Amino acid sequence: MNTVEHKIQNTSPPPPHPLPQGEGDSFDIPSPSRGEGEGGGGSLNLFLRPLFIALWLALLFLPFRGLKAAVILFIILFAAVSLLKAFKNYAGKIKGGLNGDSDHYFINILRIAVEIYGRCPYLEKLPESKARSTVFILLMSVIVLTLPFYGHDYLIDIAVLSGIYIILAQGLNIVVGFTGLLNLGFAAFYAIGAYSYALLNTKLGLGFWASLPLSLMLVTLSGFILAIPALRLRGDYLAIVTLGFGEIVRLVLNNWDSFTKGPNGIGGIGPPHIFGMRISGIGQFYYFVLIFALLAVFVIRRVAASRIGRAWIAIREDEIASSSIGINTTAYKLYSFAFGAFWAGLAGVLFAAKMQFVSPESFTFMESVLVLCMVILGGLGSIPGVILGSIILVMLPEMLREVQLYRMLALGSGLVLLMIFRPQGLMGGKGVSFRG
Amino acid sequence: MLELNDIHTFYGPIEALKGITLKVNQGEIVCLIGNNGAGKSTTLMTISGILKPKAGTISFIGSDISDMPPHSIVEMGISHVPEGRRIFPRLTVKENLEMGAYSVSRRLKTTPPIPPLARGGVGGVKSQFDKVYEMFPVLKEREKQMGGTLSGGEQQMLAISRALMSEPKLLLLDEPSLGLAPIIVSRIFKAIREINKEGVTILLVEQNAHAALNLSGRGYVLENGRIKMHGQGKDLLNSEEVKKAYLGE
Repeated sequence: MNTVEHKIQNTSPPPPHPLPQGEGDSFDIPSPSRGEGEGGGGSLNLFLRPLFIALWLALLFLPFRGLKAAVILFIILFAAVSLLKAFKNYAGKIKGGLNGDSDHYFINILRIAVEIYGRCPYLEKLPESKARSTVFILLMSVIVLTLPFYGHDYLIDIAVLSGIYIILAQGLNIVVGFTGLLNLGFAAFYAIGAYSYALLNTKLGLGFWASLPLSLMLVTLSGFILAIPALRLRGDYLAIVTLGFGEIVRLVLNNWDSFTKGPNGIGGIGPPHIFGMRISGIGQFYYFVLIFALLAVFVIRRVAASRIGRAWIAIREDEIASSSIGINTTAYKLYSFAFGAFWAGLAGVLFAAKMQFVSPESFTFMESVLVLCMVILGGLGSIPGVILGSIILVMLPEMLREVQLYRMLALGSGLVLLMIFRPQGLMGGKGVSFRG
Repeated sequence: MLELNDIHTFYGPIEALKGITLKVNQGEIVCLIGNNGAGKSTTLMTISGILKPKAGTISFIGSDISDMPPHSIVEMGISHVPEGRRIFPRLTVKENLEMGAYSVSRRLKTTPPIPPLARGGVGGVKSQFDKVYEMFPVLKEREKQMGGTLSGGEQQMLAISRALMSEPKLLLLDEPSLGLAPIIVSRIFKAIREINKEGVTILLVEQNAHAALNLSGRGYVLENGRIKMHGQGKDLLNSEEVKKAYLGE
């Protein structure tokens, strides 16, 4: 235990202010050999250890990058390390053993990042903010790209789900975050996407690549159809109409037995193929979803920075002013709905392809609320914020499995606290302006 | 230049304009005065297309604009500074101005639209920025500040400047003096005169009848959705009826 600790302290650049001794004593590197034994009674340990790991590393960063960066890092690390602990316990229980070395892998990546921060001469030439984001992006890319190599299936599975929710939440972010139209029935588009692929695949035998454009067209069209009555309304009334739309779609799927098999759902949906290769392993699917998520983020970023995105933001800020400066508000609200629905549809198709099974249960009102929470948690109109929000809200419930019954309570109270202390969301502070 | 012919506008079942006929000639400053609820703002909103008239026609430089959507009317060359300023509070001053040039970038079909224009790359927007900053140097100083953090007077300047970014032929101003200190009001009115000198026709709605009539060539007095009287600004100022009702003398 101690040797590992010393190794890390020696290789990291010495911080200008010596760390308080107490911190070093309580710091504890988790080791795989101990990880599995704790499962049953160690739920306190499960939170304390990641807490100290995150605190310690954040303190290391403090002298280099200031308090804000350290706090953000602390939150990310705490979330990530606790997750690793949690899944390890969980996976340990299921498989009755562990074969990974993931804690060490993770700590190593972080150690390398600290090194880069402290030493790299290239970074010193860059302005501070740029250096910070370069290192952050590099670090994140390594963690994200190599995940299937060090993660367990359970972790990868959650990551795939996060990826799908990132696409879904970015879609909603267009409607709620950029254009300021509250949509409480967003899961409807998610459902339409998923069922389109499910039905095209099982009934007509179309493959993933043939179904994808058809499904997306259908979803976009349904976005337009909802937009036409909805755009006459504002605020609360619009929210009610979208809520109704969401319920209608779910009820149709639930009751149209002959077509959708009702509550039993549709099974046996085929997985996607690329160049004749079947994407069925969870690791393969991870990269598959990752590509789509990156595509979504890239396209949405570009569109948000274009004249269309600016019109959306202007409409959110003041609709009358927008039309008085020459923005066709009706058209842009319509685009917003349809474009948002498009990404929800993509998320739905991927969801169906991953699960190979869809049922109306996955598209309830709670699903719409969850996605809305991701957008609000991350920060309305902030693309990186919404990514973070999606990941947190997918991972947090899994992390909190340890505390069982109190899981939803903890999640709920966490959200309440966040809204009290940071109503603009985690990263929504500057995101409202064009240049964020 | 602008002609309203027997315009009727409704809010639901309530008839707010009961047959407005008025005319604005090229190069003029025309003001509309009247009590609260007389229909002054409604008239401007009907001209700019935010409200649709139930009956009557509006023609602008020879074409009928009464059925056009607001964004097309802006492209025709009518710019509206709405009541209560309505700047974008969470966009910076510069971004507010860029948004004002939205219809210009649309006309020039430039993509991506505003950033290169703002940098002075294409078209006339750069010079429009210079003009606006020359008229209100304080906006240049506050370029990177959020619109919502400006004072009331600065917000009004921003709102007028934003409307000027589309290089309008006719500027509709709705209560530019609302809630401002007298010294700021005279600053704004001076700017309105400057804008007019540069060739922009102005239709002004004001509660501050004295200042407005002093500034304007002609004026219309509205009451209960109808035009009660109209004439030269100076004549209206001296009219007993206007004095009693609107000037508090």
